[in-house]
Amino acid sequence: MSEILLILVSTILVNNFVLVKFLGLCPFMGVSRKLETATGMGLATTFVLTLSSVCSYLVNTYVLSPLGIEYLRTIAFILVIAVVVQFTEMVVHRTSPLLYRVLGIFLPLITTNCAVLGVALLNVQQDHGFVESAIYGFGAAMGFSMVLILFAAMRERIAAADVPVPFQGASISMITAGMMSLAFMGFAGLVKG
Amino acid sequence: MALNRPIAPLVHGDHSVRGVMVRVLYALVPALLVYIGFFGFGILIHMVLAVVVAVAAEALMLWLRGRPVRPFVSDGSAPVTAVLLCFALPPLAPWWITVIGVLFAIVVAKHLYGGLGNNPFNPAMAGYVLLLVSFPLPMTTWPVAFTVSGEYPGPLMSAAIIFLGPDGVASWDAITGATPLDLMKTQLGLNQVVPEIAAHPVFGDFGGKGWEWLANAFFLGGLWLLYKKVITWHIPVAMLGSLFLMSLVFAAIDPGSHPSPLFHLFSGGAMIGAFFIATDPVSAATSPRGRLIYGAGIGILTFVIRTWGGYPDGVAFAVLLMNMMVPTIDYYTKPRVFGHGPGHDHGRG
Repeated sequence: MSEILLILVSTILVNNFVLVKFLGLCPFMGVSRKLETATGMGLATTFVLTLSSVCSYLVNTYVLSPLGIEYLRTIAFILVIAVVVQFTEMVVHRTSPLLYRVLGIFLPLITTNCAVLGVALLNVQQDHGFVESAIYGFGAAMGFSMVLILFAAMRERIAAADVPVPFQGASISMITAGMMSLAFMGFAGLVKG
Repeated sequence: MALNRPIAPLVHGDHSVRGVMVRVLYALVPALLVYIGFFGFGILIHMVLAVVVAVAAEALMLWLRGRPVRPFVSDGSAPVTAVLLCFALPPLAPWWITVIGVLFAIVVAKHLYGGLGNNPFNPAMAGYVLLLVSFPLPMTTWPVAFTVSGEYPGPLMSAAIIFLGPDGVASWDAITGATPLDLMKTQLGLNQVVPEIAAHPVFGDFGGKGWEWLANAFFLGGLWLLYKKVITWHIPVAMLGSLFLMSLVFAAIDPGSHPSPLFHLFSGGAMIGAFFIATDPVSAATSPRGRLIYGAGIGILTFVIRTWGGYPDGVAFAVLLMNMMVPTIDYYTKPRVFGHGPGHDHGRG
């Protein structure tokens, strides 16, 4: 139990995938203009990340390792992730056409979200078991979603601020992301290792 | 026809930006005197330097943006940021620490977002955290109170250390030492228990010698700000209350490895944070309910970072982290618009 809690605290706060590991920055910058889309993207990514980390664990343990073809890991994981994303896309398309349209290109782009592949590879690197992999993926996704939603709310406010012309848009967003990253450094040392 | 002019006495709330900022500075005077009394003149030198740099940076940014320079520079917000930052810095740190911190606070944290009223992060805390993360050594070299060290850094000695470095100062090792929060953290890490650690000469009644008097002075200034209605009670009460409750619970469960609640309240940046930094009207939450959540969040995060984190004090990080949450908090604590919402039929106003 405490092991699970530790993984969650570690992935959500201390080693936040966006603000500390700097993975998954493309959707972080791309889908954070509006709070609603950010929430949708967060949900979709949470679903994909949890599912894909479990699937990639299964593929790694029961296919790649027994056959001794670990060197195909990256390609195999990308394939697994693509399948999971395709599945999610179909689900979102059927259940919420509006969200499907709002997320647009970013939904299939979860495939290339480096955080998703990163989680799958880190699971292998850190020798996580089945449950640990699922928790790790889920925690990473929660951290990603939380930061994405907070960032989206901040961007909505900054959009109304009197930002100097050369810094409007992407550049002030990058500065804000940097400041958030600075604040997250306060969590350093919360979980040892 | 003569219009009916309202007749005096009219209550004129002196709540201009300048009025508020000047009062904040007044409220910091007792703390400044206590600080100088216990830790020497370093803070005063830093403060003069910081205010000069802050006002110059503010004027430069306003000029670059083609804004009226004089009205905005004279509103006093830049000096307040500079002064608050100086209270967070080690008083004998090298001079460039202050310059970098103030420049980051005023230029990046404040003016890139559009200046006063637009900054999502508290500028002073953004500057402090940047310094702490970038220059950990000078930022963690603190003097101990002269009542402990026996060496009082006077004006000349302080200036020499700040501008020329501590190499020529023989008593440098006596002046500097671990802060109470530092000491508590490292000794707890060595499996000592709280009563043993509290016997160290650095500690006073609640917090560290000198530091607890500083906290008292901040408390006094904060009460005066409350009385003058510059700040509302929500954030200080929520922040100090949650910090107190958290530390009370953990000290009750395991008094050996958790210092008392009063130690938490009277150490580090808790008091100045609660009354002067978290209450920054720009970067704090807006509605009363939002402010309670915001303050409580700062208190809880401060305790979490102090107790389990890598840094001895967590107030600055907690403030920045809650600054991040503010737009979300405001979004969910929007007060009900009069005539709308539950209890009324839709469309009937």
